[in-house]
Amino acid sequence: MGIYEISLATVVGINIILALGLNMISGFCGQISLGHAAFYGVGAYTSALLAKAGAPLPLAIAAGMISAGIVGLIVGLASLRVRHDFLAITTMGVGFLFLGIVRQQEFLGGELGISAIPSSGFGKIGYLVIVLILAGFVTAFSLWIKRSWMGFAFDAVADDEDTARVVTVDVNAYKLAAFAMGTSMAGIAGGLYTFFARFLMPDDFGFITSITVLSMVVVGGIGSVFGVIAATIILTLMPEFFRFISDYKLLVYGALLFAVMRFAPEGLAGLARSSLAHMRFKTRTKDEVA
Amino acid sequence: MLHLELLIQGLIYGSMYAVIAVGLTLVYGLLRILHVAHAGLFALGGYLGLLIINATGSLVLGMLSSAIIVGVGGMLMYRLCYQPILDRPPYVALIASIGLFIAMEEIFRLIFGPYGLTYHHPPLQSQMAIGGIHLRAAEIGMVIAAVGLLGILSYLSQNTRTGIAWRATVDDAEMAKSFGIDTIKVRYLNFFIGSGLAAVAGIFISLLSNLVEPTMGGVPAYKALAIIVLGGLGNVRGTLIASLLLGVVEAFGTIYIGSILDRDAIAFAFLIVVLMIRPQGLFAGR
Repeated sequence: MGIYEISLATVVGINIILALGLNMISGFCGQISLGHAAFYGVGAYTSALLAKAGAPLPLAIAAGMISAGIVGLIVGLASLRVRHDFLAITTMGVGFLFLGIVRQQEFLGGELGISAIPSSGFGKIGYLVIVLILAGFVTAFSLWIKRSWMGFAFDAVADDEDTARVVTVDVNAYKLAAFAMGTSMAGIAGGLYTFFARFLMPDDFGFITSITVLSMVVVGGIGSVFGVIAATIILTLMPEFFRFISDYKLLVYGALLFAVMRFAPEGLAGLARSSLAHMRFKTRTKDEVA
Repeated sequence: MLHLELLIQGLIYGSMYAVIAVGLTLVYGLLRILHVAHAGLFALGGYLGLLIINATGSLVLGMLSSAIIVGVGGMLMYRLCYQPILDRPPYVALIASIGLFIAMEEIFRLIFGPYGLTYHHPPLQSQMAIGGIHLRAAEIGMVIAAVGLLGILSYLSQNTRTGIAWRATVDDAEMAKSFGIDTIKVRYLNFFIGSGLAAVAGIFISLLSNLVEPTMGGVPAYKALAIIVLGGLGNVRGTLIASLLLGVVEAFGTIYIGSILDRDAIAFAFLIVVLMIRPQGLFAGR
């Protein structure tokens, strides 16, 4: 693997963690968030400031995770007040608020961002291994949550909040848990991005980033762990492999987002499921004929 | 004097927000869709207006034809993009709409270039002083257009059969249908008028800055969403008041807390504060 492939694989790993975080909030628990990049940014900036102050990598990333989780918990409190479309717009507002604050603060570098962040000290391949291990860990955690009691409760909340409440699911606690976990994952991704890029700009964490992450979740199939991973890999690599797409990257994202919602709202996971069912149906009818 | 000037600046911007947000809130009232791509139509209106005005030199012709073309575009967007997914959960239409908006922005960038277009001879640029406050003709025109258009709209909705059918459908579509109102026609009308208004707002904004650019829809898109949420989603009167209020809050905010937050962040900080106190918006839904 050359340096280019290693960098790409690292970005894929970081994006998987980021997208699985949003999948926890929007996929499992059904709370649509349009401001996921803000938590990614909180994690990244926290790690960057600590790294520049001389903190070791594990401490910097852990701090990024915790600070993003705390901010996420606060935004989660908002989700107890407002629902559905109101929540989507509120989280979008959080994204713009984060950018607005970062742009005006001297100690966060303002418009110019933060540069000269120390290196991870593990070399490119070593860092890739760390990112992939963490991505694997986050994947396993997502699968575990999905199959746990908590996953069932998330399902109930996503499906119909009021009914869930009637059958004594503590809706508020589960929503907060989803926000705290999902945004902590974004914080980890942010910390990892900091040591990878070693240069942060406010625009790295803008609305477009939130939408890009959302498109990974939606194209993969909202709530499906493997679907989201597949979509993340495809959407991250697509502009790189097809150089001519690069200039049209956002057009492709936008059109894809629209097309998936219009024609296959369950995403790749839904397509895989229905084609699988179709195949089974075919073999069964063949057996019956024979 | 400064306060009066800020207030007037705020009301000028607020009236522009109102013209954009009314179409958005009507779509929400009718279909429960957060129609983000509305801002794409706003930008399309700006581009068409500028192209036609540059070609013909006539402001009126530019505005009229741009409003009509964009209005038809809005109807097409309803038919092709929204109608097939109306029975899905609300996030489906929201995400589809965001996708559509991003794609539209990119198409403008690819066709007209990333740096935007300017007027050859920008109309309405003369300055005048009213009571010691300097205003540009375009700013006055924007306020007059906003008051005029929204006034006509309100008159028509109260005093014509179509207007009454429209209000009935927004109020309760099932009931309206059982009284023999063609609710599908009402939806098309709704998209035509809302999109046409957005086009007019797009032209006025381009006159103020003498520029149309691919991203010109971005900020109004998100701000208009904030406004209709503030106004209580689907509530027209609430939306108008919220528009003016947001314009004024922004104008004062940029002067007094501009060092902490930029203009767009002030709008959303205001939104979040209001929603935490009143989750149903300033004015409860219909």
